[in-house]
Amino acid sequence: MKTTLSVIAGLLATSAMAQENVLTVYTYDSFVTEWGPGPAVEAAFEETCGCDLQFEGAGDGAALLSRLQLEGPRTDADIVLGLDTNLTAAARETGLFAEHGLSPDLDLPVEWTDSHFLPFDWGYFAFVGNAGAEAPTSLRDLADSDIQIVIQDPRSSTPGLGLLMWVKTAYGDEASALWEDLADNIVTVTPGWSEAYGLFLEGEADAVLSYTTSPAYHLIAEEDDSKVAWAFEEGHYMQVEVAGKVASTDVPDLADQFLAFMLTDAFQSAIPTTNWMYPAVVPEDGLPDGFETLIQPETALLLSPEEASATRDAALEEWRAALAR
Amino acid sequence: MARGAGTIAALLVLSLIAVPIGAVIWTAGGIAGLSAADWAAFRFTIWQALVSAGLSVLLAIPVARALARRRFRGRAALITLLGAPFVLPVIVAVMGLVSIFGRSGLVNTVLAGIGLPPVTIYGPQGVILAHVFFNLPLAVRMLVHGWLSIPAERFRVAAQLGQPVGRLLEWPMLRRTVPGVFVVIFLVCTTSFAVALILGGGPRATTLELAIYQAVRFEFDLGGAATLALIQLGVCVLAMAALIVVEAPDALGAGLDRTVERWDGSPRLDGLVMALAALFLILPLAAIILSGLPGLQQVPVSVYAAAGRSVIVALASMTLCILLAITIVTHGQNWPRVVATLPLSVTALVLGTGLFIVVFPFLRPSSVALPVTALMNALFALPFAVRILSTARDDAEAQFGRLADGLALSGWARMRVLILPRIRRPLGFAAGLAAALSMGDLGVITLFASGGQETLPLAMFRLMAAYQMEAAAGAAVLLVALSLGVFWLFDRGGRVGAGA
Repeated sequence: MKTTLSVIAGLLATSAMAQENVLTVYTYDSFVTEWGPGPAVEAAFEETCGCDLQFEGAGDGAALLSRLQLEGPRTDADIVLGLDTNLTAAARETGLFAEHGLSPDLDLPVEWTDSHFLPFDWGYFAFVGNAGAEAPTSLRDLADSDIQIVIQDPRSSTPGLGLLMWVKTAYGDEASALWEDLADNIVTVTPGWSEAYGLFLEGEADAVLSYTTSPAYHLIAEEDDSKVAWAFEEGHYMQVEVAGKVASTDVPDLADQFLAFMLTDAFQSAIPTTNWMYPAVVPEDGLPDGFETLIQPETALLLSPEEASATRDAALEEWRAALAR
Repeated sequence: MARGAGTIAALLVLSLIAVPIGAVIWTAGGIAGLSAADWAAFRFTIWQALVSAGLSVLLAIPVARALARRRFRGRAALITLLGAPFVLPVIVAVMGLVSIFGRSGLVNTVLAGIGLPPVTIYGPQGVILAHVFFNLPLAVRMLVHGWLSIPAERFRVAAQLGQPVGRLLEWPMLRRTVPGVFVVIFLVCTTSFAVALILGGGPRATTLELAIYQAVRFEFDLGGAATLALIQLGVCVLAMAALIVVEAPDALGAGLDRTVERWDGSPRLDGLVMALAALFLILPLAAIILSGLPGLQQVPVSVYAAAGRSVIVALASMTLCILLAITIVTHGQNWPRVVATLPLSVTALVLGTGLFIVVFPFLRPSSVALPVTALMNALFALPFAVRILSTARDDAEAQFGRLADGLALSGWARMRVLILPRIRRPLGFAAGLAAALSMGDLGVITLFASGGQETLPLAMFRLMAAYQMEAAAGAAVLLVALSLGVFWLFDRGGRVGAGA
């Protein structure tokens, strides 16, 4: 009897120890697929941490936050990776995140002061079209042209929301008028990025809302230089993707270790050719060949999380009213 | 089968809907009011669903009649193929439609070739076109069953007496069948989301389902989502109540189950009608397959594993769905059937969120992803199965019930001797539909699955999100093949030796 008990106690102890060494990271789906950064990141971190890193994919960035809110403080998540600055104000308000306590040197076109969330990559939104075709030079130019585009719905997609913020930041009170002029350029509005990009590749539109880095995918992975991003005079709105430590984590030290690891070369060098975004810290070897061909916007536009959250509802209503006409 | 079992099955279905929605409301701390935008979404939703259902049924009548009264080689294959659009995942079907009707699609290429202006699929017309594409096959199949239920003896009598078949036989059958078909399709169209959004051309085409998606995903406004979900359920209950009032009883009586030989109507016109319907339904499907074949070799091994999981989930879901459906239709009263229709109007997102809330305190949601998906898919296929089986079961009871009573057949014996043989054809169709709908589902699984539990549609969607459009197109071909495969298998099983 005594032996049985001690065996059980021993088993419990090992399982508790195993539990202590598991770092659970909630992230968006495409991060964990075999084409995403997940596999490389997992292998590199497990080499040094003496732990088991487990990614759990949960839809897209917005789904990630609502998943965490559903689970509350009882969540298994130790780290949430993949929110963007449109979501961080709401994320901070939930009180579910802890401060990261780091002040790293970042290669971002904007200053970074967020106490709860650390960026792991970033990109500029841009319209991606075919090389050699007519390319507008500004949002206004696009709105005045006959060019046909596909965009994503700001109510269900992060790039869609990015465009909403782009127009609002660049045009302020004139945003509504710009949307009205854009209305006849918009072939359709899709629920997510994949559908829009698919329609563009099928030839349904001259351009699609995506990122300045999208042509790099076609160039590097498919050796196809026929896709280009349009540089716009107003500047380009940014998407900064961040990670944060969950306050209720049972492995706070491991979580801190992961956040620090996130900004090292082992993590960052995986980003450009798996997530097709710019790394938050450029690795020592620089960016992969092909990235030098991408357009470099002169002005980076980005609202602070608080401004973004305060602007969103009114901007959404403007968008809806202008396009519903 | 005892009435008690039917009651239990119906209560089970009701609790599978009420508990999750209740959990969402409880978490939200109550329901929320509606905004002006929500009301606009409500109006658009109802309007497009009415038009879509009306058109689907109107177009289905001549097609179903042609299929029911003509015999030709390949007819069985045509009937199976015609069922395909309904079981396709939305995004796959939309891409197929776009390659035919889109800006650079086949139709516009032809129009441009003969100097005509292009047509656009984007706008309310596109939403309706897509809904007709999805639902015309369902309407045709349900109506063909109606035609086949008219006893061949009646046609003989009509032929001998030189009486019009249309007014005496077909009209009463349609009068009995059409309202149910219309309501089912109307309800399917009220929960449309991706179709309306991709083809609707913008916020004018906002449906209730999108408003729910926005509330759950972007605003974490669970109260708002619950309100919208309750409105959808309300629409469903009202539509079902109206149906019970409108539906007429069967007046044609029983026959000896002979296959009817028809003499009326123009074979040429019927041929044209069938050819047009086949072109409309099969061209987009062919486009999906043609564009996907080159990508088939790029489909990674993990997708085949996902396909295996999907098949298992589909079989489990089909079994569960058919057991529930048979139990419910043999209850004999209306209320369990109304309850069984409710899943048509519940969104997977709200139901999935509610289940997540219920499950989370006890289990890791990802550890039950596949069983929950099978259960939910069974629930979502139940309305179709019940609708398809109830007419057949009622006919069997009306025609042979008294005989069975006289022979003191009850319980399992009555089921085996009377009901099952007489509902075999619709049973095969319902089983095929349930399995195929589950194959193509991309609802609850997205909320529960993590790493190793992807189903095929989810794997395909994740390929798209990783720029792997060609591999995704290849996965779509696999999905179409498997969906059609399971559908054909069961549907065919139900029709062996039935001559129809």
